Amino acid sequence: MSEREVGAETREFGFATRAVHAGARPEPHSGARATPIFQTTSYVFEDPEAAAAYFNLQEYGNTYSRIMNPTVAAFEERIANLEGGVGAVAFASGLAAQAGAFFTALPPGDQVGASRALYGGTLTQLKHLERKLGFGVTFVDPDEPDNWKEAVRPETRLFFGETIGNPGGNVLDIDAVAEIAHRHGVPLMVDSTFATPYLCRPLEWGADIVVHSTTKFIGGHGNSIGGVVVESGRFPWDNGKFPGIADPSPAYHGLAFQATFGEYGFLMKLRAETLRDLGACMSPFNAFLFGLGAETLPLRMERHTANALEVATFLTGRPEVETVAHPGLHGSRYAALVAKYLPRGAGAVFSFNLKGGREAGARFIRELNLFSHLANVGDAKSLVIHPASTTHRQLDDEELRGAGISPGTIRLSVGIEDPRDLIWDLTRGLEAAATPASEDDEAPIGETIECPL
Amino acid sequence: MSSVIACELPPPLPADGSGPDLGQYQDAGTIRRLLTSARTVAVVGLSPKELRASYFVGFYLQRNGYRVVPVNPREKEILGEQCYPSVAAIEEPVDIVNVFRAPAAVPGIVEECAGRAKAIWLQYGVIHPEAAERARELGIEVVMDRCMKVEHARHLGRLHWLGFTTRRITARRPEAP
Repeated sequence: MSEREVGAETREFGFATRAVHAGARPEPHSGARATPIFQTTSYVFEDPEAAAAYFNLQEYGNTYSRIMNPTVAAFEERIANLEGGVGAVAFASGLAAQAGAFFTALPPGDQVGASRALYGGTLTQLKHLERKLGFGVTFVDPDEPDNWKEAVRPETRLFFGETIGNPGGNVLDIDAVAEIAHRHGVPLMVDSTFATPYLCRPLEWGADIVVHSTTKFIGGHGNSIGGVVVESGRFPWDNGKFPGIADPSPAYHGLAFQATFGEYGFLMKLRAETLRDLGACMSPFNAFLFGLGAETLPLRMERHTANALEVATFLTGRPEVETVAHPGLHGSRYAALVAKYLPRGAGAVFSFNLKGGREAGARFIRELNLFSHLANVGDAKSLVIHPASTTHRQLDDEELRGAGISPGTIRLSVGIEDPRDLIWDLTRGLEAAATPASEDDEAPIGETIECPL
Repeated sequence: MSSVIACELPPPLPADGSGPDLGQYQDAGTIRRLLTSARTVAVVGLSPKELRASYFVGFYLQRNGYRVVPVNPREKEILGEQCYPSVAAIEEPVDIVNVFRAPAAVPGIVEECAGRAKAIWLQYGVIHPEAAERARELGIEVVMDRCMKVEHARHLGRLHWLGFTTRRITARRPEAP
């Protein structure tokens, strides 16, 4: 131990410092300053006693990379630190991370109160889990905290919402919803993918679990799929409602995770049982890229949010646009919640509605040059999708509206390029949207347009 | 009663912040100094049962190079070490007395520590501010409402290998284990 480190113990380092340093001390054996990629499945034990201690969870030791890996751990600690959690467990994707949290907290028969404005992939996952694993799900309109009270059943064990809804831009009143959850002895889990810990830290507002698709802004470069679960360490899992966490585990000779590991109980269970059993671990290489991405999270989020607000403001002034659903815009119905929870910016993903429906949307997309037409968000590059001609193509206009989407809805994920270039690109798209094309260039999105040469 | 109060969650403090100031007993610099300087740790309330938190902590400390002295009047030997019925009965110098007992037992343990131990370390939930004050009067350092295993793993060990927050921020190269 270096005595020189003393003094750093008690200093409250700032967010940007922690984004660069948390979890990634120099590697002691080689002195490597960048976090090494420990591309190994397994780890040689010092002796049989050490092996036994690791498998009994009596000592913190590496056993197998499905359960833990030093490169992944460096990334986990970084995100846990930035969120203000006691720890984190990384998964192969954001959906896997959510599933891991559900598996750990809920036996069959339990019920989840969930925002109906959740990301579509999450809604689908919840509906499948309900059918296949016997969880109950009650969906609520998340905008009024009182609605969450009505979702409570005797078997309710979890509330689940998003800091910023996708794609509607709903902002969750975390404080109020957490208070309702705790009054009923259940934790609040928040998907904070769109906010990132730079814009909002739900644990500071009373949430108990935060999940991320690290694929998005945390990674920030659209190169890897991953997810993470962060926990506060404060929720009383031994309050009688969570025997799966508090009671002795048959998988570890009767070990009671909560009594033995205290504030680490939930995360130990999540790692040593759920991740072990589901197997959806994050690869060391992806963890390296996510950790690298997280170093620049503060810089990127400042640029993302500033660009997004500039683009949204531009769109509100255009005659081709009906509505813009950016929660940070002046006059937004979420203005008070943005001021409270998202003072640094209301994210960089939002949707707007074009006049002219499906055809206008397709013409808009086809004309864009900088915005990438794809199904992702949170890349350094600006991204766009027109749900009615892609992800929701099979639905007619009425069904679309049922899903909260208009035929002319466009979703943008605004990148970190020069905003004037983004506005140049969008201007060309808007002009094309307003100009009905002749029949011969009406090729549907996704079909090859043959080159004349 | 409980020889197994261990790494359980601390009881919630009053929401208005009127609870005892535990921060003065949780200083990271002090904790680190105690962990690096101590050699012998008496564990009061050490259980012989492998699944108890006190056993996890005793086992861990022993594996990490500390001499562990069990204090448990009902047992003869735990972790291969002779048990003593009380702190007062221990026949060798002790650096830290690590307590897994109900808070009510702490004042008596503090008195026994006088002249025998340099520090008393109260586990999660073992909270007794008056006894801590008395220990300081006796020249005994106090850590309260912290787990010795977790803090060792945080400052000197491998807590970070499981993705837990250590709050250790440094660009200095650590010594290789």
